[in-house]
Amino acid sequence: MKRFPTSMAVLAISLATAGPLLAEDLSVSNCTWCHGSSAQGYSKAPRLAGQRADYLVNQLQAFATHKRDEFLSTKYMWYAAAHLDPLTVRNLAAYLSALPPEAAKDGDSELIAEGRTIFENGVPDENIAACEACHGPEAQGVREIPRLGGLSYGYLERRLEQWNQGHDAWGAPMPKVARSLSPNQIAALASYLSFVESESSGK
Amino acid sequence: MNAVHLRVALQLALTVFLAVAAGQARAEDRRVGATAGDIEAKFEYCTTCHGPSAQGFRGYYIMPRLAGQQPQYVENQLHAFLERRRLNPVMANVAHGITSDMIPALAQRVNALNPPPYGGAPNGDVALGKEIFANGLPDQNVPACSACHGPDAKGQREIPRLAGQLYWYMVYTLSIWNSERGQGGREDISWIMRPTVANLTQKQVQALAEYVSALR
Repeated sequence: MKRFPTSMAVLAISLATAGPLLAEDLSVSNCTWCHGSSAQGYSKAPRLAGQRADYLVNQLQAFATHKRDEFLSTKYMWYAAAHLDPLTVRNLAAYLSALPPEAAKDGDSELIAEGRTIFENGVPDENIAACEACHGPEAQGVREIPRLGGLSYGYLERRLEQWNQGHDAWGAPMPKVARSLSPNQIAALASYLSFVESESSGK
Repeated sequence: MNAVHLRVALQLALTVFLAVAAGQARAEDRRVGATAGDIEAKFEYCTTCHGPSAQGFRGYYIMPRLAGQQPQYVENQLHAFLERRRLNPVMANVAHGITSDMIPALAQRVNALNPPPYGGAPNGDVALGKEIFANGLPDQNVPACSACHGPDAKGQREIPRLAGQLYWYMVYTLSIWNSERGQGGREDISWIMRPTVANLTQKQVQALAEYVSALR
């Protein structure tokens, strides 16, 4: 009982300092329970700060319609997104995308070089496409294509593994890409990306 | 006994003949290199970026439509990436992973596809684009696009199809033409576009892109 008011106070401060968007009018407080008070992600919940607004809208719709169907989404996000009206979704996306993202830097630093090579060049002889073609040279994403730079190692690895297991089949071309990646290549990519620092957010 | 010997000898001869023929077939495969499976796997790889029906895809970079493209154009561009006549870091890597014997088959594979245009383009200046495409801009020394690319924008031989090409790809590629295309000098067929690109305004480029991007 003692911890609860403290965390609410921290929450109130973080929301009050968030900027011109009136965060307290949005459902941001619910997101913070898993994604962290500054949306930098926590444990299995990914960082949302600095994520592309169009991508966030797209994914929230996909949770609500149950198109995005990997395990943790069905358990948490289907419920969380079920009752959001379209305006709230757009406001949330605008708010989150404007928060400055921080790099998780929790991958294996010895795999950075290998991951970077795959990200920038693909592996042409193995028919693995270059990630940068869609996600951008600094993994910054664009429109409905997510920013990957600085997401946590665990989240990146899990997503690539889940596509390989047939989840989230609508997210073309990622299921095809993930099927072509070996576990070592997934580890290298997730490690590299976790260290990628982002340029200013909100574009 | 003679009959038995004869039968054994014939069976032996047949066996040797079949073994040799099979060996030759394998040698043939090795010489050709790419199997139908290799080519299909490579095509699937192309569609990772260029879209499931090769209709193009707007990622961070714009991946052009390949569907329905002239096979000779596709072949020429893949060679151009390898020979640095066309400078594109992503496609230079991709082209190095494609063996030369795959190139004609891949060009035919994408030529046979006919998905609808990618869409999403603005359409405020379609009429201007149509006019420039059909008749050029004589006062600006811009020839009619249709003269080479065909009245239906389907292209011919090494001259590309523009019909259904992505709006953003058209705008981008005409904006950076001199730094990416025609690096082989005047003998490079892409060189021919240089004066035309220089004589078009940005608004005219956008109008042309709007027009051709909606053509089927």
